[in-house]
Amino acid sequence: MKGPPLIADPHVKIDMLSQPRYLAGARAMIASVARRLGFREADCAHVALALDEALCNVIKHGYEKREDQHIWISVWPMEGNCCGVRILIEDRGRQVEPAEIRSRQLDDIRPGGLGVHIISQVMDHVEYNKREGGGMSLLMEKHIAAEESTPQARKEPA
Amino acid sequence: MANAADDLPVELEKRGEAVVLRPSGEIDLGRSPSLRTSISKAQSAKPQRLIFDLKDVPYMDSSGVATLVEAMQVARRYHGSVVLCGLHERVLSIFEIARLDMVFKIVDTLDEALHA
Repeated sequence: MKGPPLIADPHVKIDMLSQPRYLAGARAMIASVARRLGFREADCAHVALALDEALCNVIKHGYEKREDQHIWISVWPMEGNCCGVRILIEDRGRQVEPAEIRSRQLDDIRPGGLGVHIISQVMDHVEYNKREGGGMSLLMEKHIAAEESTPQARKEPA
Repeated sequence: MANAADDLPVELEKRGEAVVLRPSGEIDLGRSPSLRTSISKAQSAKPQRLIFDLKDVPYMDSSGVATLVEAMQVARRYHGSVVLCGLHERVLSIFEIARLDMVFKIVDTLDEALHA
């Protein structure tokens, strides 16, 4: 079984303003959830990094640094054969064609443009879509193999 | 809109021909502008070597990395160099993912950075 269908209510839903000062809180939330789901510490850090980069992209490109806009973060645990976490990030910012969202050439050493590459490297599934009614959505999944889950997660009550 | 929470404390220390910058705290999109300001101040004197001692930086995202890339490009224009030291595993990881670990000179300790 993969994760729950997106029509299921998320286990965590956050509505944050498009302000960089709230990135730290979002990172702490998702790292904490990932830890409880059984991810190893390095993978918790990668999930937090991916969320941070995704939110930065919305703030910089979607909302062009306007700070009074909303970003919605939804989180579902993935259970069964494919354990992990599923994260959906939605905004009402500028729409772009999903096919045009790609990493830049890393040989071109210059500041910026690394976020898409980092997300694709640290997450197992990444999917950009246009939202009906405006804005973009980004669905990201990180999987964890059963043998990799931490003792803390295995002790969690069902 | 910047506020005090976006300020990143950065200690500057002159060591011979080198200037050591010692930021303290997480560096993300909110705080990288503050780091950029400190770097500009340090680079105004065109130090031969700019050392970033990152031992007190537990987290950095790509905006922080971009700020360091800018510093390296500025240093190259006046034939200076940039050295990074004291990187936490999580911070080193983002340089590796971005394949910038081969572009920056990265060493373990400040002493190595001073003699690199």
